[in-house]
Amino acid sequence: MSCCGNIWSIAKRELSGTVSSPVAYVFVVIFLLLSSFFTFMIGGFFERGQASLVSFFGWHPWLYLFLVPAVGMRMWAEERRSGTIELLLTLPITTWQAIAGKFLAYLVIIAVALLLTFPVWITVNYLGAPDNGVIFAGYIGSLLLGASYLAVTSFTSALTRNQVVSFILAVVICLFLILCGWPPVLNLLSRAVSQGFVDLVASFSFMTHFENVQRGVLDLRDIVFFVSVIVFFLFATHAVLRARRAG
Amino acid sequence: MISVKNLKKVFGTKAAVDGVSFNVGKGEILGFLGPNGAGKSTTMRIVTGFLPPTSGEARVGEFDVEEQPVEAKRLIGYLPENAPCYSDMTVSGFLGFCGEARGLRGTKLKDAVDRAIATCFLEPVVHQSIDTLSKGYRHRTCLAQSILHDPPVLVLDEPTDGLDPNQKHEVRSLIRRMGKDKAIIFSTHILEEVEAVCTRAIIIDRGRIVANGAPEELKARAAGAGTIVLRAADRGGAALRPFLEKLEGCSAVEVIAEQPAALRLRPKDAASAEALAARVHELAAREKWKLVELRIEEGRLDDVFRSITLPDSAPGKES
Ligand SMILES: Nc1ncnc2c1ncn2[C@@H]1O[C@H](COP(=O)(O)OP(=O)(O)O)[C@@H](O)[C@H]1O
Ligand SMILES: [Mg+2]
Repeated sequence: MSCCGNIWSIAKRELSGTVSSPVAYVFVVIFLLLSSFFTFMIGGFFERGQASLVSFFGWHPWLYLFLVPAVGMRMWAEERRSGTIELLLTLPITTWQAIAGKFLAYLVIIAVALLLTFPVWITVNYLGAPDNGVIFAGYIGSLLLGASYLAVTSFTSALTRNQVVSFILAVVICLFLILCGWPPVLNLLSRAVSQGFVDLVASFSFMTHFENVQRGVLDLRDIVFFVSVIVFFLFATHAVLRARRAG
Repeated sequence: MISVKNLKKVFGTKAAVDGVSFNVGKGEILGFLGPNGAGKSTTMRIVTGFLPPTSGEARVGEFDVEEQPVEAKRLIGYLPENAPCYSDMTVSGFLGFCGEARGLRGTKLKDAVDRAIATCFLEPVVHQSIDTLSKGYRHRTCLAQSILHDPPVLVLDEPTDGLDPNQKHEVRSLIRRMGKDKAIIFSTHILEEVEAVCTRAIIIDRGRIVANGAPEELKARAAGAGTIVLRAADRGGAALRPFLEKLEGCSAVEVIAEQPAALRLRPKDAASAEALAARVHELAAREKWKLVELRIEEGRLDDVFRSITLPDSAPGKES
């Protein structure tokens, strides 16, 4: 179908541009280094004495917080800075196909980084007998989490022609969406407002939903949450790109 | 092929394009002239579907650019201002991507890329990364992108900007060649280019069309157009003047220079200029003037352009 063909053409171009620059490699390498470091050195993987990857996935919201905006910040900002957006959006493709293609390209990079953590999985299987279903759920959850950050980054990247500004905005928004479900923040909040409100705030957080997934519970509600965040921010990207041109 | 009606584009409170209408048919090359900030690029961006107009409509082929953008864009090849390219790609990679996004695949894609490379003389840099190219090559790479799919409509925003004289010449003859079976709009602020390339020219100033016609028609509007200029080596201007004033069909004589004599004759009407010139020639032969020049002034596009786009000569000026 020509729609998918177009999306794939855009994704391929974006990947070739990213792969020929060091950004993607730096992203993957730092992700691998940091995730192993946190899991084994700080997360207490060995001390836990249990065969699970809870200490591995637990760090992902924090690792992604900086790495995903860093890899995705150029998505639209660079197109606008260099003027190529004018070429891109006068090709016979829809704005949606361009947004989807770019999103897909960076999602592939995140997926590759996640796949390359397979030694961690091998290690835990070598040392014990973990529930691989739970681990699989964790990987799916982690990918959804990364995709959500990426959608936020797509939005902030469309807002500005400056990559650094787009990075900072993305980190701030993602941090907000993490913190509004982080237990210390919720405790603080529950002193001031009713529990119902606290729960409402928490339900908007990546943390709340990611914790469920991490435990191996692939609940439809959590998946719906992540997908909604992604769709929402991709819509916002579309709206920004439109508004920018409407003048 | 291109039909623009009452196009208007407002940025904030400023109207960048203010009621522009024109048509371009197959085989026509429309030159878009105007000072910087006149609204040329904005008009082109609307025609190519990059910017939505505030009001008015643009149609390409049978498609309204706003309502059927994808169908309209398929018909268009577009060279944006400053020729942006994906600088992290190679020339062939870039053209391959553009072709793919336009639905070309396999051998069709390869042929199209090869043809565009040959047409734009890009062979020496095919495998070079775009960010290492000189400005002329970058520009032609972007131009190659616009003609890749052999579109019936070409929109070229300053296609010769930043090229050296030889490259300018190449690009102009390329446009002329392609203009035979395409509808082309191109913008420029180089006036000779309009004469060399266009079948019709539009002068746009502060968002409005202030002149529209064939280059010859526009030139005829210049202040000096149609007057007769003569120079004689051996006489003074004042001495020749009485003879010339008596000639039939001459309405005014102006001395441009006294020694050697240079004079300008204004015919009573534009159509009689040639007859008057012939009479001047006879007179000079009879009186044995040493005539070194005798010509009918063509009028210069430059003068027309300046007289209608200078801020204090245009009616209803703003800012
Ligand atoms: N995106 C934009 N936002 C605000 N003003 C703009 C924008 N694009 C163009 N303009 C203004 O519109 C006017 C016309 O610009 P442009 O079409 O680029 O002129 P030209 O190509 O004839 O030099 C200029 O005054 C310019 O400042
Ligand atoms: Mg311009």
